[in-house]
Amino acid sequence: MTVLIQARGLSKTFVLHQQDGLTLPVLHDVSLTLHSGECVALCGPSGAGKSSLLKALYANYLVQQGSLTLLHHGQMVELTRATPPQLIAIREQTLGYVSQFLRVIPRVPALDLVAEPLLPRGYTQAEARREAGEWLARLNIPERLWQLPPATFSGGEQQRVNIARGMIAPRPILLLDEPTASLDAANRQVVIQLIQEAKARGAGLIGIFHDQDTREAVADRLYDVQAVKLPEPTTED
Amino acid sequence: MRSDTILEVRQLSHLYANGQGCRQIDLDLYPGEVLCLVGESGSGKSTLLDTLAGRRVPQSGSLRFRDRQGTFHDLIHGDTATRRQLARREWGHVFQNPRDGLRMNVSAGANISERLMALGQRHYGHLRAQARDWLERVEIDPARLDDLPASFSGGMQQRLQIARNLVTAPSLVFMDEPTGGLDVSVQARFLDLVRRLVHEHGLAILMVTHDLGVARLLAHRTVVMQHGRIVESGLTDQILDDPQHAYTQLLVSSIVQA
Repeated sequence: MTVLIQARGLSKTFVLHQQDGLTLPVLHDVSLTLHSGECVALCGPSGAGKSSLLKALYANYLVQQGSLTLLHHGQMVELTRATPPQLIAIREQTLGYVSQFLRVIPRVPALDLVAEPLLPRGYTQAEARREAGEWLARLNIPERLWQLPPATFSGGEQQRVNIARGMIAPRPILLLDEPTASLDAANRQVVIQLIQEAKARGAGLIGIFHDQDTREAVADRLYDVQAVKLPEPTTED
Repeated sequence: MRSDTILEVRQLSHLYANGQGCRQIDLDLYPGEVLCLVGESGSGKSTLLDTLAGRRVPQSGSLRFRDRQGTFHDLIHGDTATRRQLARREWGHVFQNPRDGLRMNVSAGANISERLMALGQRHYGHLRAQARDWLERVEIDPARLDDLPASFSGGMQQRLQIARNLVTAPSLVFMDEPTGGLDVSVQARFLDLVRRLVHEHGLAILMVTHDLGVARLLAHRTVVMQHGRIVESGLTDQILDDPQHAYTQLLVSSIVQA
């Protein structure tokens, strides 16, 4: 199986300068490998650093130590040393992320938000909208809502718009932060199906799934994230 | 200069007598990229923008621009005529106060046509047709073609500035607090328009803003300035979610959550 992500010895500590340099270690010596066609579920108690790890893998959090390589256009690229334009290209083409919350320009219709990731891939606006409509329909967003900005949607509807937006452009690697947290059983099934399809086309996924049924349905293996055990927080002088 | 940068800034300084300004700035801008300069008043972000846009002469450092044909231009030692030509054709400048960026005593149509005429277009019908087209693109009723900008709302004036600048298909647009004077409801519409135009025209935008929310929604990259220097730069989401510098942490922690 092709290796998609190889993380070795990742460590991350927040230094809070506004709190007299208080240090908060969140990741310590984390090593993880992701292969194509598999889904790895991150496990561990709340506060163990599951979300922090996911954010570090997306280069949203900077790690202080360790190596993080990722397969991008046939080559393993070191993410911790990638330039911003490289990171932007990697995120556009290779590395997707479905966050828990939708964060978008307020007045843009749901349909256009979902269509947007297809535009850099050479789709016309009309083609991208057509495909976006298919995704929204599949995720049970009623058509009368498509032309509305999602600000007024329910939490579950917003989350489904977010999933459609995060998955519509097929990327080889997908990071999922509780994608089913506010969904009912029927919509959870749709998301499970979407994850299975992504795996079937060879994508690798790393996710946090609090809901046990979803986790059992999609995960090929579990990765236990250990809370960092360090002495009492220290203060810089 | 890397072949894919549009603007290359090295060790650029412009200081005022009181010691304020911007100092030893290193920065690369890429085609199609939105970059926000953030920082408090007096951090030097507007001085830097004005210096990059050729509105202030730097005391030291180098500044190079690559046009759409791939030709590099030294903006400090190059000749003035070329620089003026570049400013008309390749760059745009959107000001916080529309009065600084528009001619308030001529019609909206004349405002849009001005840059085209400066580049030698004279055919009245063509100029009007392009002006009409651009009013539509920035979501202003083309029937307002002959109206004075003074009769427009603040949001419309900002969109007219965009039209006036983009009519010559520039590759780089400088924006100084373009949403600063707009109501929040109007601001969203402006951001949506800018985002669409960036995609459709492959524009690079260098924007000064004090609004981190604007940076979050629009900017690929964010550069944080304090006391005239760049203290931190990176992907916008990384800067906002995992700020490293004490000053950036203060800025981010001071955002009022809606």
